[in-house]
Amino acid sequence: MNVLELINLRKSFGSELVLSDVSLTVPEHTATVLIGASGSGKSTLLRCINLLDSIDDGQIILDGEEISDPLIDVDQVRRKLGMVFQAFNLFPHKSVLENITLAPIKVHGLSRDEAIAQARELLNRFGLSDKADQYPDRLSGGQQQRVAIIRSLAVKPRLLLLDEVTSALDPVLVNEVLAVVRDLKQDGITMVLATHEMGFATQVADEVCFLEHGEIVERGTADQVLHDPQMTQTQDFLRRVHEAGRL
Amino acid sequence: MTKTNSPIHQQVSRAVSWSPSPREQDRARIRKLILRRRILVSVISSAIVLGLFVTVLITSPGWKVVKTTFFDVNYGRQVLHLVARGLITNIQLTIIASIAIGLISLLLALGRTSRSAALTPLRFLATAYVDIFRGIPLILVILLIGFGIPALQLQGVTSNVFVLGTTAIVLTYSAYVAEVIRSGILSVHPSQRAAARSLGLTHNQTMRHVVLPQAIRRVVPPILNDFISLLKDTGLVSILGVIDAVRAGQIESSRTFNYTPYVVAAVLFLLITIPLTRYTDYVLMKSIDKQNAQGAA
Repeated sequence: MNVLELINLRKSFGSELVLSDVSLTVPEHTATVLIGASGSGKSTLLRCINLLDSIDDGQIILDGEEISDPLIDVDQVRRKLGMVFQAFNLFPHKSVLENITLAPIKVHGLSRDEAIAQARELLNRFGLSDKADQYPDRLSGGQQQRVAIIRSLAVKPRLLLLDEVTSALDPVLVNEVLAVVRDLKQDGITMVLATHEMGFATQVADEVCFLEHGEIVERGTADQVLHDPQMTQTQDFLRRVHEAGRL
Repeated sequence: MTKTNSPIHQQVSRAVSWSPSPREQDRARIRKLILRRRILVSVISSAIVLGLFVTVLITSPGWKVVKTTFFDVNYGRQVLHLVARGLITNIQLTIIASIAIGLISLLLALGRTSRSAALTPLRFLATAYVDIFRGIPLILVILLIGFGIPALQLQGVTSNVFVLGTTAIVLTYSAYVAEVIRSGILSVHPSQRAAARSLGLTHNQTMRHVVLPQAIRRVVPPILNDFISLLKDTGLVSILGVIDAVRAGQIESSRTFNYTPYVVAAVLFLLITIPLTRYTDYVLMKSIDKQNAQGAA
């Protein structure tokens, strides 16, 4: 069963075309990895799926329901989606526990006790149980991003969107965040993620899509796209990544 | 900023075993010398400026007259209790007004920042309100409300000058404070809103739990600033005949043609506003420190 289906998505900011004819299918329990240079449209694609940005044309279908319909209840749609941002976007005035329990209590109607129990379980699982009462500015970047991931997991999303979740972290902290994502993949959580970590993409991706100028230029398994690319644009991009020492 | 995983006790023991090198001891000595010179310079320059100021004051041709008509200590003592009683009115007015201002300005700010279609008239009215009351001098609003409302002779509407004066001040200050709160709301980064909305929170929930708490925290210093202005501006209701500190001083001085009661009123206002100002400064500095710390994290 497909959790997400994108059909001929088009999006422009003013005269700049950011997404052009993007079609994508994300089956349940799979991870789709978006790669491409900065400005290739990866983040915009994720924001469009989340309805944070509106599309100019095409269809977005979530669990068989067209969510690009202007009559859709946006808040209802977002209940099914989790999103993790490059800059974490934790709420600085709330403790770690409050960050995680806010949506379960206010949006999903859990009791305070239920929400806290669930949050503590998740914190425990990802090795952050001693940080429950800390404020975000007391945590390292890697810890903040793990809390942000837990926050989006706490609402049990049908689909998790991860937008370059390690780009704001220094190399030492990248791994602790990637380990969490690998765990989620093991759990069978359906996700779409944009990343610059090619090695990581190889490990988790069921499908890799290479974007350039808002178009999916090449797609396939990680082996096909990352190790045996057919298109010259993909080859160029991967060569540049390789030269930068990031493969 | 990178945080290393080295255990804290290790860092502590390293800190304890450190003793400054001869070079560092030299530097410390020089730093102390520089500091001493800075203190000396600031003391001398302050003494010169203050001395000059006092000299100009007491050598001015009218100083003798000013001294007796403005700074008559004995007369000041006599009228102190009258002016102080008036000041209590200013304080009462400030407290009542600030509660009303807080509520109204919050509603105005929320109205102006709302995006809902149903609230379009509210948005329009709130904008018009702010434009009008921010644009009219407070003293005119006090006069128009204070004399205009009783002239309407409406049934059940008070002609109590204290109430009318307070109303005028609330109307004007709500417009100011609403703008401060609105700027606070707009200063919360859009990514905070995006994070809240992507968790499924509605616009109102996002406002209530994510945006407003951060916005209010940011605008506390400017609002405290407005609070101090408010306290001083309550003196303006004296033109309606409310017996506040200013009016009490005026009554006295028009009786004796000595202006010392005004100075007494000024000193009493300062006794309240200076601590408040220092406190506002302290809150501001603390919030700046906190923001800087967050920026570094």
